[in-house]
Amino acid sequence: MRSFWAVFKRELKSYFTTPVAYVFLVIFLFFSGYLTFRQGFFEARQADMYAFFMNLPLLFIFMVPSVAMRLWSEERKSGSIEILLTLPVTITEAVLGKFFAAWFFLLIALLLTIPMPITIFVLGEPDTGLIITGYIGSLLMAGGFLAIGCFFSAVSKNQVISFILSVVACAILVFAGMPTTMNYLSSFLPVNLVGAIGTMSFRTHFESIQRGVLEFKDISYFVFLIVGWIIASGIILDERKAQ
Amino acid sequence: MISAKNLTRSFGPIVAVDDISFDVEKGQVLGFLGPNGAGKTTTMRILAGFIKPDSGTAGICGYDILKNPIKAKQSLGYLAENAPLYNEMTVGGFLNFVCDIRRISGKARTKKMDEIVPTCAIESVYHQTIETLSKGYRRRVGLAQALIHDPAVLILDEPTDGLDPNQKYEVRKLIKKLSAEKCIIVSTHILEEVEDVCTRTIIIARGKILADSTPEELKEKHQCSLDKVFRKITMAKSA
Repeated sequence: MRSFWAVFKRELKSYFTTPVAYVFLVIFLFFSGYLTFRQGFFEARQADMYAFFMNLPLLFIFMVPSVAMRLWSEERKSGSIEILLTLPVTITEAVLGKFFAAWFFLLIALLLTIPMPITIFVLGEPDTGLIITGYIGSLLMAGGFLAIGCFFSAVSKNQVISFILSVVACAILVFAGMPTTMNYLSSFLPVNLVGAIGTMSFRTHFESIQRGVLEFKDISYFVFLIVGWIIASGIILDERKAQ
Repeated sequence: MISAKNLTRSFGPIVAVDDISFDVEKGQVLGFLGPNGAGKTTTMRILAGFIKPDSGTAGICGYDILKNPIKAKQSLGYLAENAPLYNEMTVGGFLNFVCDIRRISGKARTKKMDEIVPTCAIESVYHQTIETLSKGYRRRVGLAQALIHDPAVLILDEPTDGLDPNQKYEVRKLIKKLSAEKCIIVSTHILEEVEDVCTRTIIIARGKILADSTPEELKEKHQCSLDKVFRKITMAKSA
Protein backbone atom coordinates (compact mmCIF):
# COMPACT_ATOMS: atom_id res chain seq x y z
CA MET A 1 0.00 0.00 0.00
CA ARG A 2 2.86 2.38 0.85
CA SER A 3 4.39 1.65 -2.53
CA PHE A 4 1.05 2.36 -4.19
CA TRP A 5 0.96 5.83 -2.63
CA ALA A 6 4.59 6.47 -3.54
CA VAL A 7 3.89 5.67 -7.20
CA PHE A 8 0.63 7.66 -7.08
CA LYS A 9 2.33 10.72 -5.63
CA ARG A 10 5.24 10.64 -8.05
CA GLU A 11 3.01 10.22 -11.07
CA LEU A 12 0.63 13.01 -10.10
CA LYS A 13 3.54 15.35 -9.39
CA SER A 14 5.12 14.58 -12.73
CA TYR A 15 2.02 15.87 -14.54
CA PHE A 16 2.59 19.23 -12.93
CA THR A 17 6.38 19.36 -13.23
CA THR A 18 6.06 19.00 -16.99
CA PRO A 19 3.85 21.30 -19.11
CA VAL A 20 1.48 18.36 -19.78
CA ALA A 21 -0.93 19.29 -16.98
CA TYR A 22 -1.21 22.97 -17.89
CA VAL A 23 -1.59 22.44 -21.61
CA PHE A 24 -4.20 19.79 -20.97
CA LEU A 25 -6.19 21.82 -18.46
CA VAL A 26 -6.27 24.96 -20.60
CA ILE A 27 -7.36 23.12 -23.74
CA PHE A 28 -9.88 20.96 -21.90
CA LEU A 29 -11.48 23.89 -20.09
CA PHE A 30 -11.59 26.00 -23.24
CA PHE A 31 -13.27 23.37 -25.38
CA SER A 32 -15.66 22.13 -22.71
CA GLY A 33 -16.90 25.71 -22.34
CA TYR A 34 -16.81 26.57 -26.02
CA LEU A 35 -18.78 23.51 -27.11
CA THR A 36 -21.40 24.10 -24.42
CA PHE A 37 -22.10 27.70 -25.42
CA ARG A 38 -21.83 27.11 -29.13
CA GLN A 39 -24.61 24.58 -28.95
CA GLY A 40 -27.09 27.14 -27.71
CA PHE A 41 -26.77 27.04 -23.96
CA PHE A 42 -28.58 30.39 -23.58
CA GLU A 43 -31.06 29.83 -26.40
CA ALA A 44 -32.22 26.59 -24.75
CA ARG A 45 -33.39 28.63 -21.73
CA GLN A 46 -33.01 25.63 -19.45
CA ALA A 47 -31.14 25.65 -16.16
CA ASP A 48 -29.30 22.37 -16.64
CA MET A 49 -25.91 21.14 -17.77
CA TYR A 50 -27.13 18.88 -20.55
CA ALA A 51 -25.21 20.76 -23.24
CA PHE A 52 -22.02 20.52 -21.19
CA PHE A 53 -22.17 16.82 -20.36
CA MET A 54 -23.28 15.74 -23.83
CA ASN A 55 -20.07 17.02 -25.36
CA LEU A 56 -17.80 15.30 -22.87
CA PRO A 57 -17.62 11.89 -24.59
CA LEU A 58 -16.37 13.53 -27.79
CA LEU A 59 -13.90 15.68 -25.95
CA PHE A 60 -12.66 12.73 -23.89
CA ILE A 61 -11.92 10.70 -27.03
CA PHE A 62 -8.94 13.00 -27.62
CA MET A 63 -8.20 14.37 -24.21
CA VAL A 64 -8.05 11.25 -22.06
CA PRO A 65 -5.66 9.28 -24.30
CA SER A 66 -3.34 12.30 -24.22
CA VAL A 67 -3.18 11.99 -20.43
CA ALA A 68 -2.82 8.21 -20.56
CA MET A 69 -0.29 7.85 -23.37
CA ARG A 70 2.74 8.71 -21.29
CA LEU A 71 1.94 6.42 -18.37
CA TRP A 72 3.94 3.41 -19.54
CA SER A 73 5.28 4.36 -22.97
CA GLU A 74 7.55 6.95 -21.45
CA GLU A 75 8.78 4.63 -18.71
CA ARG A 76 9.67 1.99 -21.24
CA LYS A 77 11.28 4.37 -23.67
CA SER A 78 13.48 6.09 -21.10
CA GLY A 79 14.22 2.80 -19.34
CA SER A 80 13.06 4.13 -15.97
CA ILE A 81 10.72 1.16 -15.81
CA GLU A 82 13.81 -0.84 -14.87
CA ILE A 83 14.28 1.34 -11.79
CA LEU A 84 10.60 1.20 -10.89
CA LEU A 85 10.21 -2.55 -11.16
CA THR A 86 13.45 -3.40 -9.37
CA LEU A 87 12.27 -1.39 -6.39
CA PRO A 88 10.10 -3.38 -3.98
CA VAL A 89 6.86 -2.69 -5.89
CA THR A 90 4.54 -5.26 -7.37
CA ILE A 91 3.26 -4.76 -10.91
CA THR A 92 -0.26 -4.44 -9.52
CA GLU A 93 0.77 -1.60 -7.22
CA ALA A 94 2.60 0.16 -10.03
CA VAL A 95 -0.27 -0.16 -12.51
CA LEU A 96 -2.89 0.93 -9.98
CA GLY A 97 -0.73 3.77 -8.65
CA LYS A 98 -0.33 5.20 -12.11
CA PHE A 99 -3.94 4.67 -13.12
CA PHE A 100 -5.34 6.34 -10.02
CA ALA A 101 -2.90 9.24 -10.33
CA ALA A 102 -4.09 9.89 -13.88
CA TRP A 103 -7.71 9.47 -12.82
CA PHE A 104 -7.22 11.91 -9.97
CA PHE A 105 -5.73 14.36 -12.45
CA LEU A 106 -8.86 14.04 -14.60
CA LEU A 107 -10.94 14.60 -11.47
CA ILE A 108 -9.07 17.87 -10.95
CA ALA A 109 -9.83 18.82 -14.55
CA LEU A 110 -13.53 18.08 -14.03
CA LEU A 111 -13.62 20.00 -10.76
CA LEU A 112 -12.16 23.02 -12.51
CA THR A 113 -15.33 23.22 -14.62
CA ILE A 114 -17.17 24.25 -11.43
CA PRO A 115 -17.79 27.80 -12.78
CA MET A 116 -20.23 26.16 -15.17
CA PRO A 117 -22.66 24.90 -12.47
CA ILE A 118 -22.11 28.14 -10.53
CA THR A 119 -23.24 30.11 -13.60
CA ILE A 120 -26.31 27.95 -13.86
CA PHE A 121 -27.14 28.36 -10.18
CA VAL A 122 -26.90 32.12 -10.61
CA LEU A 123 -29.13 32.13 -13.69
CA GLY A 124 -31.79 29.69 -12.56
CA GLU A 125 -32.73 26.87 -10.25
CA PRO A 126 -31.19 23.69 -11.62
CA ASP A 127 -31.64 20.19 -10.22
CA THR A 128 -28.59 19.69 -7.99
CA GLY A 129 -28.92 15.91 -8.03
CA LEU A 130 -28.82 15.84 -11.79
CA ILE A 131 -25.62 17.86 -11.87
CA ILE A 132 -23.98 15.63 -9.25
CA THR A 133 -24.90 12.41 -11.06
CA GLY A 134 -23.69 14.09 -14.24
CA TYR A 135 -20.27 14.62 -12.70
CA ILE A 136 -20.18 11.09 -11.27
CA GLY A 137 -21.03 9.72 -14.72
CA SER A 138 -18.32 11.86 -16.32
CA LEU A 139 -15.73 10.67 -13.84
CA LEU A 140 -16.67 7.03 -14.43
CA MET A 141 -16.50 7.55 -18.16
CA ALA A 142 -13.10 9.24 -17.84
CA GLY A 143 -11.94 6.18 -15.87
CA GLY A 144 -13.11 3.89 -18.66
CA PHE A 145 -11.28 5.87 -21.33
CA LEU A 146 -8.24 6.05 -19.11
CA ALA A 147 -8.10 2.29 -18.52
CA ILE A 148 -8.12 1.80 -22.29
CA GLY A 149 -5.41 4.43 -22.70
CA CYS A 150 -3.37 2.79 -19.94
CA PHE A 151 -3.52 -0.53 -21.78
CA PHE A 152 -2.38 0.91 -25.11
CA SER A 153 0.33 2.85 -23.34
CA ALA A 154 1.67 -0.47 -22.05
CA VAL A 155 1.44 -1.94 -25.55
CA SER A 156 3.81 0.44 -27.31
CA LYS A 157 7.00 2.26 -26.40
CA ASN A 158 6.00 4.98 -28.80
CA GLN A 159 3.68 7.57 -27.28
CA VAL A 160 2.21 8.57 -30.64
CA ILE A 161 1.27 4.99 -31.45
CA SER A 162 -0.33 4.42 -28.06
CA PHE A 163 -2.22 7.71 -28.40
CA ILE A 164 -3.64 6.82 -31.81
CA LEU A 165 -4.55 3.28 -30.80
CA SER A 166 -6.42 4.43 -27.73
CA VAL A 167 -8.20 7.24 -29.61
CA VAL A 168 -9.43 4.68 -32.13
CA ALA A 169 -10.51 2.22 -29.41
CA CYS A 170 -12.33 4.95 -27.47
CA ALA A 171 -13.94 6.33 -30.62
CA ILE A 172 -15.28 2.90 -31.55
CA LEU A 173 -16.79 2.53 -28.09
CA VAL A 174 -18.41 5.97 -28.26
CA PHE A 175 -19.66 5.85 -31.83
CA ALA A 176 -21.06 2.33 -31.49
CA GLY A 177 -23.94 3.89 -29.56
CA MET A 178 -24.68 6.76 -31.97
CA PRO A 179 -28.12 6.54 -33.64
CA THR A 180 -26.54 6.90 -37.10
CA THR A 181 -24.20 3.97 -36.50
CA MET A 182 -27.02 1.88 -35.07
CA ASN A 183 -29.27 2.63 -38.04
CA TYR A 184 -26.54 1.70 -40.46
CA LEU A 185 -25.73 -1.54 -38.64
CA SER A 186 -29.38 -2.54 -38.44
CA SER A 187 -29.57 -2.47 -42.23
CA PHE A 188 -27.59 -5.70 -42.41
CA LEU A 189 -27.24 -7.08 -38.86
CA PRO A 190 -29.93 -8.81 -36.79
CA VAL A 191 -31.72 -6.49 -34.35
CA ASN A 192 -30.49 -8.30 -31.24
CA LEU A 193 -26.89 -7.97 -32.30
CA VAL A 194 -27.30 -4.25 -32.98
CA GLY A 195 -28.85 -3.92 -29.54
CA ALA A 196 -25.88 -5.74 -28.01
CA ILE A 197 -23.43 -3.47 -29.80
CA GLY A 198 -25.39 -0.48 -28.55
CA THR A 199 -25.17 -1.60 -24.94
CA MET A 200 -21.40 -1.98 -25.26
CA SER A 201 -21.11 1.70 -26.03
CA PHE A 202 -19.99 4.36 -23.57
CA ARG A 203 -22.65 6.68 -24.84
CA THR A 204 -25.64 4.51 -23.95
CA HIS A 205 -24.52 4.15 -20.33
CA PHE A 206 -23.30 7.70 -19.99
CA GLU A 207 -26.58 9.11 -21.26
CA SER A 208 -28.56 6.89 -18.95
CA ILE A 209 -26.57 8.27 -15.98
CA GLN A 210 -27.17 11.79 -17.32
CA ARG A 211 -30.90 11.29 -16.83
CA GLY A 212 -30.17 11.40 -13.13
CA VAL A 213 -30.49 7.74 -12.28
CA LEU A 214 -27.47 5.80 -11.06
CA GLU A 215 -28.40 2.32 -12.15
CA PHE A 216 -26.45 -0.79 -11.23
CA LYS A 217 -26.10 -1.84 -14.87
CA ASP A 218 -24.49 1.46 -15.86
CA ILE A 219 -22.11 1.63 -12.93
CA SER A 220 -21.14 -2.02 -13.28
CA TYR A 221 -20.52 -1.42 -17.00
CA PHE A 222 -17.87 1.19 -16.23
CA VAL A 223 -16.43 -0.77 -13.31
CA PHE A 224 -16.03 -3.94 -15.39
CA LEU A 225 -14.58 -1.94 -18.24
CA ILE A 226 -11.99 -0.32 -15.98
CA VAL A 227 -11.08 -3.50 -14.12
CA GLY A 228 -10.83 -5.50 -17.35
CA TRP A 229 -8.55 -3.09 -19.16
CA ILE A 230 -6.41 -2.57 -16.05
CA ILE A 231 -5.86 -6.30 -15.64
CA ALA A 232 -5.02 -6.52 -19.33
CA SER A 233 -2.45 -3.74 -19.00
CA GLY A 234 -0.84 -5.52 -16.04
CA ILE A 235 -0.51 -8.69 -18.08
CA ILE A 236 0.85 -6.98 -21.19
CA LEU A 237 3.31 -5.01 -19.10
CA ASP A 238 4.66 -8.09 -17.38
CA GLU A 239 5.09 -9.59 -20.83
CA ARG A 240 6.76 -6.65 -22.54
CA LYS A 241 8.58 -4.69 -19.84
CA ALA A 242 12.05 -5.80 -20.84
CA GLN A 243 11.72 -5.53 -24.60
CA MET B 1 23.99 -14.35 -0.10
CA ILE B 2 23.38 -14.53 -3.81
CA SER B 3 22.80 -17.94 -5.25
CA ALA B 4 21.91 -18.41 -8.88
CA LYS B 5 20.73 -21.86 -9.86
CA ASN B 6 20.61 -22.95 -13.51
CA LEU B 7 19.40 -19.60 -14.79
CA THR B 8 18.32 -19.73 -18.41
CA ARG B 9 16.71 -17.01 -20.45
CA SER B 10 16.30 -16.65 -24.17
CA PHE B 11 14.94 -13.87 -26.35
CA GLY B 12 13.43 -15.51 -29.38
CA PRO B 13 16.08 -17.74 -30.94
CA ILE B 14 18.92 -16.11 -28.99
CA VAL B 15 19.88 -17.79 -25.73
CA ALA B 16 21.10 -14.85 -23.66
CA VAL B 17 21.77 -16.76 -20.46
CA ASP B 18 22.40 -20.47 -20.68
CA ASP B 19 22.22 -22.53 -17.50
CA ILE B 20 24.25 -20.26 -15.26
CA SER B 21 24.84 -21.16 -11.61
CA PHE B 22 27.03 -19.45 -9.03
CA ASP B 23 27.07 -18.38 -5.39
CA VAL B 24 28.44 -15.19 -3.94
CA GLU B 25 29.11 -14.78 -0.22
CA LYS B 26 29.28 -11.78 2.06
CA GLY B 27 32.58 -9.93 1.71
CA GLN B 28 33.06 -10.95 -1.89
CA VAL B 29 33.18 -8.58 -4.83
CA LEU B 30 32.38 -10.53 -7.94
CA GLY B 31 33.56 -9.05 -11.24
CA PHE B 32 31.35 -10.02 -14.11
CA LEU B 33 33.31 -10.02 -17.33
CA GLY B 34 32.43 -10.85 -20.87
CA PRO B 35 32.26 -9.43 -24.37
CA ASN B 36 29.25 -7.36 -25.45
CA GLY B 37 26.13 -9.48 -25.67
CA ALA B 38 27.56 -12.18 -23.44
CA GLY B 39 24.57 -12.13 -21.12
CA LYS B 40 25.95 -10.05 -18.25
CA THR B 41 23.14 -7.53 -18.20
CA THR B 42 20.47 -10.18 -18.65
CA THR B 43 21.86 -12.16 -15.70
CA MET B 44 21.91 -9.05 -13.55
CA ARG B 45 18.39 -8.10 -14.59
CA ILE B 46 17.17 -11.55 -13.63
CA LEU B 47 18.84 -11.28 -10.22
CA ALA B 48 17.34 -7.81 -9.72
CA GLY B 49 13.91 -9.21 -10.52
CA PHE B 50 13.34 -7.13 -13.63
CA ILE B 51 12.97 -10.08 -15.98
CA LYS B 52 11.96 -13.60 -15.19
CA PRO B 53 14.19 -16.53 -16.11
CA ASP B 54 12.74 -19.16 -18.47
CA SER B 55 14.00 -21.78 -16.07
CA GLY B 56 16.11 -21.91 -12.93
CA THR B 57 15.89 -19.49 -10.06
CA ALA B 58 18.01 -17.42 -7.72
CA GLY B 59 18.03 -16.40 -4.10
CA ILE B 60 18.93 -13.01 -2.63
CA CYS B 61 19.69 -13.25 1.10
CA GLY B 62 17.70 -16.48 1.18
CA TYR B 63 14.63 -15.01 -0.53
CA ASP B 64 13.69 -16.65 -3.79
CA ILE B 65 13.38 -14.07 -6.57
CA LEU B 66 10.36 -15.83 -8.04
CA LYS B 67 8.49 -16.83 -4.88
CA ASN B 68 9.32 -13.84 -2.73
CA PRO B 69 10.28 -11.02 -5.09
CA ILE B 70 9.40 -8.14 -2.75
CA LYS B 71 11.60 -9.41 0.10
CA ALA B 72 14.40 -10.12 -2.37
CA LYS B 73 14.16 -6.59 -3.81
CA GLN B 74 14.17 -5.08 -0.34
CA SER B 75 17.57 -6.59 0.40
CA LEU B 76 19.00 -5.52 -2.91
CA GLY B 77 20.47 -2.36 -4.42
CA TYR B 78 20.57 -2.29 -8.19
CA LEU B 79 22.24 0.10 -10.58
CA ALA B 80 20.96 -0.58 -14.08
CA GLU B 81 23.04 -0.27 -17.22
CA ASN B 82 23.12 3.38 -18.41
CA ALA B 83 21.44 4.37 -15.13
CA PRO B 84 17.94 5.14 -16.38
CA LEU B 85 16.15 7.68 -14.18
CA TYR B 86 13.02 9.82 -14.15
CA ASN B 87 14.22 12.74 -16.24
CA GLU B 88 11.62 15.28 -15.21
CA MET B 89 12.33 14.90 -11.47
CA THR B 90 14.93 16.70 -9.43
CA VAL B 91 17.66 14.63 -7.81
CA GLY B 92 16.19 15.30 -4.36
CA GLY B 93 12.67 14.50 -5.52
CA PHE B 94 13.84 11.25 -7.03
CA LEU B 95 15.73 10.12 -3.93
CA ASN B 96 12.70 10.99 -1.81
CA PHE B 97 10.55 8.87 -4.10
CA VAL B 98 12.93 5.94 -3.65
CA CYS B 99 12.78 6.47 0.13
CA ASP B 100 8.96 6.49 -0.05
CA ILE B 101 8.95 3.11 -1.74
CA ARG B 102 11.72 1.72 0.45
CA ARG B 103 9.83 2.85 3.54
CA ILE B 104 12.54 5.10 4.89
CA SER B 105 10.80 8.02 6.54
CA GLY B 106 11.15 10.70 9.19
CA LYS B 107 14.50 11.04 10.93
CA ALA B 108 15.88 7.90 9.33
CA ARG B 109 15.35 9.50 5.91
CA THR B 110 17.11 12.73 6.85
CA LYS B 111 20.01 10.73 8.25
CA LYS B 112 20.30 8.52 5.16
CA MET B 113 20.09 11.49 2.83
CA ASP B 114 22.78 13.34 4.76
CA GLU B 115 24.97 10.26 4.45
CA ILE B 116 24.39 9.25 0.87
CA VAL B 117 24.41 12.63 -0.86
CA PRO B 118 28.02 13.48 0.09
CA THR B 119 29.14 9.86 -0.40
CA CYS B 120 28.02 9.98 -4.01
CA ALA B 121 29.13 13.61 -4.39
CA ILE B 122 25.81 14.90 -5.66
CA GLU B 123 25.30 17.84 -3.26
CA SER B 124 25.85 20.38 -6.01
CA VAL B 125 23.10 18.96 -8.24
CA TYR B 126 20.61 18.08 -5.49
CA HIS B 127 18.00 20.60 -6.68
CA GLN B 128 18.68 20.14 -10.38
CA THR B 129 16.37 18.31 -12.78
CA ILE B 130 17.80 14.94 -13.74
CA GLU B 131 17.58 15.54 -17.51
CA THR B 132 20.08 18.40 -17.19
CA LEU B 133 22.73 16.18 -15.59
CA SER B 134 25.84 14.85 -17.27
CA LYS B 135 26.38 11.13 -17.67
CA GLY B 136 28.67 10.95 -14.65
CA TYR B 137 26.19 12.67 -12.36
CA ARG B 138 23.34 10.50 -13.58
CA ARG B 139 25.33 7.41 -12.71
CA ARG B 140 26.12 8.77 -9.28
CA VAL B 141 22.43 9.49 -8.68
CA GLY B 142 21.75 5.90 -9.76
CA LEU B 143 24.38 4.75 -7.29
CA ALA B 144 22.84 6.83 -4.50
CA GLN B 145 19.47 5.26 -5.26
CA ALA B 146 21.02 1.77 -5.02
CA LEU B 147 22.76 2.48 -1.71
CA ILE B 148 20.20 4.53 0.17
CA HIS B 149 18.62 1.64 2.07
CA ASP B 150 21.99 0.11 2.95
CA PRO B 151 21.27 -3.20 1.17
CA ALA B 152 23.07 -6.44 1.94
CA VAL B 153 23.44 -7.20 -1.75
CA LEU B 154 24.58 -4.77 -4.44
CA ILE B 155 24.31 -5.39 -8.15
CA LEU B 156 26.05 -2.74 -10.22
CA ASP B 157 25.94 -2.88 -14.00
CA GLU B 158 28.95 -0.93 -15.29
CA PRO B 159 29.07 1.51 -12.38
CA THR B 160 32.08 3.44 -13.65
CA ASP B 161 31.06 3.75 -17.29
CA GLY B 162 31.03 7.40 -18.32
CA LEU B 163 32.80 8.67 -15.22
CA ASP B 164 35.99 10.72 -15.33
CA PRO B 165 39.19 9.17 -13.87
CA ASN B 166 38.72 10.90 -10.51
CA GLN B 167 35.16 9.71 -10.18
CA LYS B 168 36.18 6.22 -11.24
CA TYR B 169 38.72 6.21 -8.47
CA GLU B 170 36.10 7.41 -5.98
CA VAL B 171 33.59 4.76 -6.99
CA ARG B 172 36.20 2.01 -6.73
CA LYS B 173 37.17 3.29 -3.31
CA LEU B 174 33.52 3.22 -2.32
CA ILE B 175 33.06 -0.35 -3.56
CA LYS B 176 36.14 -1.45 -1.62
CA LYS B 177 34.87 0.29 1.49
CA LEU B 178 31.46 -1.36 1.21
CA SER B 179 32.79 -4.79 0.30
CA ALA B 180 33.50 -5.98 3.85
CA GLU B 181 29.86 -5.73 4.90
CA LYS B 182 28.14 -6.59 1.65
CA CYS B 183 27.99 -8.95 -1.21
CA ILE B 184 28.62 -7.13 -4.48
CA ILE B 185 28.41 -8.02 -8.15
CA VAL B 186 30.01 -5.58 -10.59
CA SER B 187 30.01 -5.87 -14.33
CA THR B 188 32.63 -3.97 -16.23
CA HIS B 189 34.77 -3.81 -19.33
CA ILE B 190 37.69 -2.26 -17.52
CA LEU B 191 40.05 -5.03 -16.56
CA GLU B 192 42.25 -2.97 -14.28
CA GLU B 193 39.14 -2.29 -12.27
CA VAL B 194 38.65 -6.00 -11.82
CA GLU B 195 42.19 -6.37 -10.54
CA ASP B 196 41.69 -3.40 -8.28
CA VAL B 197 38.37 -4.17 -6.59
CA CYS B 198 37.23 -7.70 -7.30
CA THR B 199 38.00 -10.69 -5.13
CA ARG B 200 36.60 -13.05 -7.72
CA THR B 201 35.83 -12.96 -11.43
CA ILE B 202 33.42 -14.80 -13.63
CA ILE B 203 34.00 -14.63 -17.36
CA ILE B 204 30.96 -15.35 -19.46
CA ALA B 205 30.41 -15.45 -23.21
CA ARG B 206 27.36 -16.52 -25.16
CA GLY B 207 25.44 -17.02 -21.96
CA LYS B 208 27.81 -19.60 -20.47
CA ILE B 209 30.32 -19.34 -17.64
CA LEU B 210 33.82 -19.88 -19.07
CA ALA B 211 35.90 -19.13 -16.03
CA ASP B 212 35.21 -18.69 -12.33
CA SER B 213 38.27 -17.81 -10.30
CA THR B 214 40.19 -14.94 -8.69
CA PRO B 215 41.97 -12.42 -10.93
CA GLU B 216 45.32 -13.54 -9.49
CA GLU B 217 44.71 -17.20 -10.16
CA LEU B 218 43.66 -16.46 -13.71
CA LYS B 219 46.85 -14.53 -14.36
CA GLU B 220 48.97 -17.22 -12.80
CA LYS B 221 47.31 -20.03 -14.66
CA HIS B 222 47.67 -18.39 -18.06
CA GLN B 223 50.96 -16.64 -17.29
CA CYS B 224 49.90 -13.33 -18.79
CA SER B 225 47.98 -10.13 -18.05
CA LEU B 226 44.25 -10.21 -17.36
CA ASP B 227 43.72 -8.50 -20.68
CA LYS B 228 45.26 -11.44 -22.53
CA VAL B 229 43.50 -13.98 -20.33
CA PHE B 230 40.18 -12.38 -21.23
CA ARG B 231 40.96 -12.54 -24.94
CA LYS B 232 42.26 -16.08 -24.76
CA ILE B 233 39.18 -17.37 -22.98
CA THR B 234 36.47 -15.52 -24.86
CA MET B 235 38.02 -15.68 -28.34
CA ALA B 236 38.81 -19.38 -28.13
CA LYS B 237 35.22 -20.23 -27.40
CA SER B 238 33.61 -17.96 -29.93
CA ALA B 239 35.96 -18.98 -32.77
